[in-house]
Formats: sequence, structure tokens, C-alpha cells
Amino acid sequence: MTGTFRTTIESNLINKSKIVNFIFNGDSYQGFEGDTLASALIANGVHLVGRSFKYHRPRGFLGVGVEEPNAMVQLHEGDKSEPNIMATEVEITEGLKARSQNCWPSVKFDIGEINNILNRFFPAGFYYKTFMWPKSFWMSVYEPIIRKAAGMGVAPIKPDPDRYEHNYEHCDVLVVGSGPSGLAAALAAANNGAKVILAEDKAHFGGSLLTDNVTIGNQSGQEWADETINHLKSLPNVIVKNRSQVFGYYDHNMTVMFERVSDHIDNPSEFTPRQRLHYIRAGEVVVSTGSIERPLSFGNNDRPGIFLASAATEYMKVYGTLVGKKPIIFTNNDSAYKAAIEFNKNNIKALILDTRENSDGDLVKEAQSLGLDIKFNSGVADVKGRLKISSATIGKLNSDKDSFSDLEEIECDCICMSGGWTPTVHLSSQAGNKLKFDEDLDAFVPNNKRQKETAVGSANGSFTLKQSLAEGFQVGFDLSNSITSNNKNTTVPTSKESSYQAHDKFWCMPLPEGKKPKRFIDFQNDVAVSDVELAVREGFRSIEHVKRYTTLGMAGDQGKTSNLNGLQHVSNIQKKIVPEVGHTTFRPPYTPVTIGTIVGREVGNHFQPTRKTPTHNWHVENNVVFTNAGLWLRPRYYPRGNETMSDAVNREALNVRKAVGICDVTSLGKIDIKGPDAAELLNRVYTNAWMKLPVGKARYGVMLREDGMVFDDGTTTRLSENHFHMTTTTAQAANVLSHLEFYLQVVWPELKVNVLSTTEQWSGAAIAGPKSRDLMKKLFPSVDFSTEAFPFMGLVETEFSGIHVKLYRISFSGELAYEVNVESNHGLFMWNKIMEVGEEFGIQPYGTEALATLRIEMGHVSGPELDGRAVPYDLGLQGMVSQKKDFIGKRSLEKNAFVDPERQTLVGLVPVDKKTKIPEGAHLVENDKASLPNPKLGHVSSSCWSVEYNNPFSIGVLKDGKNKIGQQLFAVYPLKNISIPVEIVSSHYVDPKGERVRV
Amino acid sequence: MLEIKCPHCGKRSQNEFAYGGDATIKRPKLGEEVSTKDWDDFVYFRDNPRGKHQEFWHHVSGCRQWFKALRDTATHEIFNTAKLEEDL
Ligand SMILES: [Zn+2]
Repeated sequence: MTGTFRTTIESNLINKSKIVNFIFNGDSYQGFEGDTLASALIANGVHLVGRSFKYHRPRGFLGVGVEEPNAMVQLHEGDKSEPNIMATEVEITEGLKARSQNCWPSVKFDIGEINNILNRFFPAGFYYKTFMWPKSFWMSVYEPIIRKAAGMGVAPIKPDPDRYEHNYEHCDVLVVGSGPSGLAAALAAANNGAKVILAEDKAHFGGSLLTDNVTIGNQSGQEWADETINHLKSLPNVIVKNRSQVFGYYDHNMTVMFERVSDHIDNPSEFTPRQRLHYIRAGEVVVSTGSIERPLSFGNNDRPGIFLASAATEYMKVYGTLVGKKPIIFTNNDSAYKAAIEFNKNNIKALILDTRENSDGDLVKEAQSLGLDIKFNSGVADVKGRLKISSATIGKLNSDKDSFSDLEEIECDCICMSGGWTPTVHLSSQAGNKLKFDEDLDAFVPNNKRQKETAVGSANGSFTLKQSLAEGFQVGFDLSNSITSNNKNTTVPTSKESSYQAHDKFWCMPLPEGKKPKRFIDFQNDVAVSDVELAVREGFRSIEHVKRYTTLGMAGDQGKTSNLNGLQHVSNIQKKIVPEVGHTTFRPPYTPVTIGTIVGREVGNHFQPTRKTPTHNWHVENNVVFTNAGLWLRPRYYPRGNETMSDAVNREALNVRKAVGICDVTSLGKIDIKGPDAAELLNRVYTNAWMKLPVGKARYGVMLREDGMVFDDGTTTRLSENHFHMTTTTAQAANVLSHLEFYLQVVWPELKVNVLSTTEQWSGAAIAGPKSRDLMKKLFPSVDFSTEAFPFMGLVETEFSGIHVKLYRISFSGELAYEVNVESNHGLFMWNKIMEVGEEFGIQPYGTEALATLRIEMGHVSGPELDGRAVPYDLGLQGMVSQKKDFIGKRSLEKNAFVDPERQTLVGLVPVDKKTKIPEGAHLVENDKASLPNPKLGHVSSSCWSVEYNNPFSIGVLKDGKNKIGQQLFAVYPLKNISIPVEIVSSHYVDPKGERVRV
Repeated sequence: MLEIKCPHCGKRSQNEFAYGGDATIKRPKLGEEVSTKDWDDFVYFRDNPRGKHQEFWHHVSGCRQWFKALRDTATHEIFNTAKLEEDL
């Protein structure tokens, strides 16, 4: 059954020839193609869909689109499950499964409803008051219970299997919303040659033209909308998107749009994204987002079966669905009469209650001529029917409208209410527009814009069709013409519509005598009139404070239906006009957006780029374990057989100390520096002297920031008089290049130097160990590797099988070592040759862990020591600081704190038991039993297992470190209750005189 | 996301750029005698105005040129951008 609540007048917007089966709360239902989950459920007479957030009150549908505060469902199952979806925004597909959320064990019998019975214990601010004491109960008792009872939907715990995409667009004019004003603006702008994007949230274009009985030219509103859309789609300069919500308006006219690409399709292709995020940089934005109807506040106005009147009309006209068969229309304005007239077309007579004394608007007259029962000066005081309304208590309002008389109970199965209209100003507000309060409309409208954004139609407070069209065409032409200057104007078509009388400035019904039913303002956060009254009574004045105290407008719907009623109520109590009370700020997103869409394709390996060295596949084939170094994948270690990590690392490090190892050093930053002032630049950025470095020699350099802290280190080689090859650490490669560019372009533009990153141009392999020279001799027989011909810090350029090779005699491991650099595309070839020739010398690859072991044993500083808090002195690098020249950061080194002899300086640390590894990050203290705060003397920065001495070894910084060598301290790690007695030694643990590199 | 006009390349999205701080700061000349106060002013002290601010930007994922921008720190409006040797 596709439902018994269907209209007799058929809608051409749903496809009755295609039946769609779906499941809600375990029961099977049928709807038509084009139905939303909401319209299909209502057609099947299902109104109870969820439980409210705080009191677990039974809730049904209020709206028909993004304004829906109640009907949030959990969609799908398993890894595709999705919580908090508005049933009004979901188009049903074959086999769709949905269920109610926020209820246990079932939507009809919900244990949490006890909160409703106990609601006097849940007043405004109840979180702040009730659960404050005792403090220790908060985390352990109150919070978990509240969470469990008040939880919304459930997030899936498995990865999202769907595909999401991002798209970037630029256009001249973005039009948000395809009602009459939006269509007019898009048409005018497109005809005038502008590149236009038209976005519509719903499946159908046309906005109010789909539900209003109007004519444009000689067509019905809907026909004109269809024709206009077809015309726009045919134009090459227009992109038309339905099911697309522009939810965010950011700086410089950057807007973000969320497109539901395949949610409405049965079994979409796996290559079709589910949803797409569009970043649209628009020259101009036309905000034609329309308006949202305001509810009225009366007793139990949240019961299932109580709708916005406009929603009832749209359910009938667009979805062919009846929200009830015994309706009461309850209104303070003319627009709700449309619902009564539409019911009448389906042979249903509605009772109309109008809070006004009278009205002679066209729609009212039409209703009268249809013989409908209209009661002026009347309203609903209360309703009955907990899971679905069954009757309403209605009555006459007295002249002050503060009490009812002649109360009577009328049977009904739905109430369609209207408290007037609120322009949808969210996007304008997000764009920085200072809104103003329009006292005729009783609503805020855009006023003072900050960005290139123009509201038109009802979003701008222009509620007649004639006005909307005129504004749309004019704005579309003006904005496009400022860009295209085509001067091609589009004629505004004539239009016919009903006239409207003023609304009643009255939204909150008095309570029936002797009763206190809740009159809700914010349905999603369960904020009632009494909560707002309490907040004001307790002294909250600013609307921002009332909002936070009561949580009014703070739910996921951002108060789309509740903000103005809340404001109005505060202003009534305070006897102020609304603009004096102020309004809260709208923030993106306008409607909820899936995390998947925000993330897009940037998941898994696509989360960020991966940089691989030319020898990557060799490492993989040799059982490497990689580590992430920035974006680079670097070999960490190469386990053999059953080796643990420490087994492998110790073997690799020891092989370098005893024989020869090879390490991929491609990821080190490389910068090519050229120009007549190249040496002068180095002299200014490094702390040591560079002018006299001979061609063919490398030098170790340290660079500082202007505040004197060590920024980076590395070796730089003079390739020719005016040409240098600089290396940086892997981590700082990009920052060093930016740093050099800043000084060359901004500070010293007179220097004639160019810098260029060549990191990826060179493939580098470090060959380290006492047998490295023998290996090199065999590999490059034409090169003289004697120390006289090729000394430490020397460069030799040669050829290998026709490949240009740069050999540097530099060392990070502290052993005799060479670095072989070839162009990247020869990197793998060279590496294989080295391995082949090196076999007889016992060559083994070593990774970053062994490299760390080797440099820690030698006391060479690296990232953990260069932590941005160390001046050269702290790291024992004062010998690198030239006294004869100025350089970046030098003046800072004179600061008192930086010459303090008791500064924390680099030391070595050995556990007294020679067994216990000292965790990196451990604090150094004199007495591990001292009362807190225990004075901290320093910390451990890098730890390793010394393969040379076969015991743990660490380096770190220690207050007055040099004078503490030989002393015993404690390395403490309070988080894990670790305390290790340590002996302070020199940071140069192995080969303290540095003889090995020079052999 | 801001849209920044690189004076060399044209309008590009903010994610191609890196911010470089106050463009009115002049580094003391090399080798110059600098008082502690002047040096500290250069290294540490910056105005934090609400409103117009001259600042450096670096077109990192583009032409790699540093340039100047005049931006409103409250509204993010960028009034003008200029090459280093030009006036804002
Ligand atoms: Zn550029």
C-alpha cells in the first residue's frame, strides 16, 4: 500500500507509476518515486517518528524541508548507517531502511519519557543547576546517564564505504535558491552573458511557484519555472544544480555547496560519488533563499499531527500527500488559507481559526466563498492525543488576547499553523551583512552588506510575486552587467497573484485557565515558553545569554523555526521591541553536512601526498619497515627472519661501525645556490665563515632564527666559485628555502643570488663504515680515495657508466663515509651497483633507527635537540659561531639569558645499571623523591642502545651540564612512574676526538 | 578562504600562500650597532591593529615571490597587493 492519505488532485512531481518499497522501524511501507521519507510515511498515516531531545516527548513532522526540527532518523544499517537525517530531506529509494532515534526500547514506549513526567526537575539551565554537586558525581554519575538518555543518533563504527568528491568552481553570479526571484536573477544574469550557477536544495526547481496559485505571463507559476529552468540548462554559460545546498558563505565570496549526487538513485554505480562538495568562488552572490514559516505557541503544540501550514500545502501539491483528513487551520495571517483551499480541492473541509479580528485578503475571501468555517479572534489553547493529536481545545481570545473564553473541544487529526514568515537570512548573515529588523514583517532582513552579496525576494523581505520578480530581474541584470557590460536586459513578465492583508503581531497563545501545558518554541531542543520566562526571571537579559541558558536555537537546526518566536517572547516580557533585544549570529553550515563530504577523497593513502625516493621499490623488496618523515616515506629498519626492531637496528648500526652500511638520504633537503653573491648569502645565513671555502669542499653550517635559536643545520659544498649545493634536514627543507627567499627578496634584494630546491633532482646514498673506502675504490676505480686526494669534507665529481656522479666525503654516522649522488632517474641503478660491489665487504642497508643510534652515540644533534629553544652554546656549537662577522640572529646571542653559564646544555646520559633504557622526554632531577614541584634540571631528548658499548645511551640538555659530568641524577617519567638513576657523561660517547671520519 | 592577488600571477586561493607578518618591520643593517631595545623591538614586538595592516605574503605554491598586502584584520578585506619594490 502506498498510503491512504493521498490527494485526489494528483501531483505531477511524483511518479505514481513507480512504487518504492522501504522499511521504517522494521515495518514495510510503500511510496512513490519522488516521495521523501516524510511524505511517504505521512501518506501511510505514520506521524510518530521520534522522541524529543530533553523530555523524550513523542514527535512527528513539523515541516517539509530543511526547517524540520523533529523528524530526525537513523538511515541505513552497518557501515552506511547515518544518524540525525531529516526525514523531509531524504528521497526514498528501493529497500531504504530508516528508524527512529533517541528512543528506547521503542518510539511508542520510551523509558526516557519519564523526563517529561519529571519535567519540573528539568527547567531551563538544568544542566548548570541540577548536576553541579557533588562535583565528583559529574563525570562518574550524571554525565553518562544524561548521555545515554539524551543521545541523538548513533554514528557507525566502521569506515564509510561511500565515495565523496570535491569540486572547485568559479562563476560571475551564484544564485542560491530557485524560487521566482532566484529564477529571475539567474535568467537575467545568464541572458546578459554572465557565467551563472543556480543552486536549489530540493529535487524540484521553482520554490513557492510549486505551491502558489499564480500566473506569470500566460503560464502558471510552475510552467514558467519549468520553462525557465529548461532554458537555463540549454545555455552554455549556466550550471544548474538541484539537490544542492549552499550552506556556507566565507570570506571573499567563497561559498560552499553540498550536492546529494546519488542518494536518491537506486543502486548507483560505485564510481558515482554519493555526495559532492563544491567550493564556489563567485563574483556576486544572489541570495534568493526564500523564507520559512513561523510556528505558533500553544499548549502541547509539539504533538504529532501539528504542521506548519505551508508544509501541509507542499505535501499536498508536490507530494500528493494529505497530512490529515480532519484539519484545523490555525493562523495569524492570510497565507495559511492556501492550505484550507488546497484541502477543499481534495474534498476536505478545514476549520479555520484566525487570531485576527478579520481580513479581506483574496485568499480569505476565497475560503469564505467556498463556505469554509472561519472563526476570527480565535485560537488553539491546548490539544489532546499523546502519540497523535485527536482533538483541540479552541476558544475565543479576549480583547487583550491574554485569556480564552468559550473553550470547546473539537475533534481533528491535524493542525496546520502559521505565525507568518521569516526571511532566510542565514547566508547574508554569514557573509557579514548587518541585519535590520523590519517592523512590518516582524523579522530581520539583510541591510548593510560587507561582501558582494544581494538578497532578493522573500529572503529580502519582498513577499509578493511581483516584487520578487522585479527584484530578481533587476539584480540579475545589474550584477551581471557590472561584470560583462553586455547591457542585455531581460523584460520582466507580467504576473497575477492573490492580495494579502497584514498579519497579527501575536504568536504565543495564553494558557487555558487552570492548566499549564507546555507551549514549545524550540522543538529540537525542547525549549518552551516557560523556560524563556524563567531565564528572564532569573536575570538573563541579553538574547545571547537567554539562548545559552535555555539552549533556545542552539540545536542542529540553528533555530530556523524558533529564533524569532523566542526573541519575540523575550521582548514581550522585557517590554522592549525586538531590535533592542538583538539577534544571535548565524554560522555555517546552514544545514548539516556529512563528514564524508567535507573529507572528500582525502582518505587513506589520499589523505596527503606520499613522497617516495627513487629506490623505494628496492626497500620494499628488501623487507623494509618505513617511517613517515614529513610526507616522505623513509626506510626505518630492515628486519631479517625473526628479528625484533631492536635486533635489526642494533645489527644495522653495528655493521656500520664494523664494516659498511648504505642509507637512503634522498629526502635531505637540497638547495642549489647560484650567483656572484652566493658566498656572501651563506656568510649571512650561517653562523660560521663561508667566504674562503675552497671550490670542491664542503662545510658544516648552523643557521639561526633572528631570535638566536638554532633553526637548521647541514653541509654546504662549493661546486664552483659562484655555485653552492646546500643540504638541510628533511624536516626543515621547505622552511629553509622560504627563509632564504625572504632574505634575498625582502631584506637584501641587492644580493645577486638565485636559490632553487633540488631535493627531488638528486638521489642520495650514504656509504658509511670502516670498509667504505675499499668499497668506493672498487666501485670508482678511476678516483683517488686517499685522504690527501679526497679529504674529509671533500667533493669529487666523476662518471659511472656514463652517469654523472657527485661524491661527497661527509658523515653523519661519525664513521668514515661517502655520499653518492646521482640524478634521480639513475638512483635505483646506482643503488643496485653499490649493493652488488659492496657484497664482498659485507654491506647492509640501514634505516633511520640505526642512523639515529649512530648519531646519538656520536653526540650529533638532530631534530629532537633542534627544538627551537636552543642557542648554539646549548648544543656545544659555540665553536661554529664566528666572532668576526654579522649573521642572522647574532645580535640575539648577546642577550643576558643566552649567555647565562647555567643554561641547559647538551650532555650524555648512561643508566647506572647499564640496562634500563631511558625514555625520551624523561625529566632530569636531583632527587626523585622530592615534593612537587620537583625542580627540573633538564630533559632527555634522544635515546638509543649503544652498539659500541652495549648499554643504553641518551643525550639531553641539563642545567650547567658541563660541570655536572660524572654526577648522578634521576631521569624521571612521572606519567609511567619511572625513575632511573643516570650518570652524566660527555655527549661525545663514541670517538670523542672525531678521528674515524678522518682516517 | 581568502582570494589573494599575487602581483606576479594574479588572483589565487589562499591555500597557495603563506603569511609573512608585518611588512613595515625593517631589519637592522648587518654589522650595525643596535641597542637591546631596538633589537627586541625588531625581533619580538609587533603591533596588533584592528583594521588596516601591511603584511608580507609568500606565494609558496606558485611563483615563490614574497609581496606586500594591505589587509583589514577585522574584515579580511584586501585593499591592495604590491610587489616588494612598489608602494601599497
Ligand atoms: Zn605568484
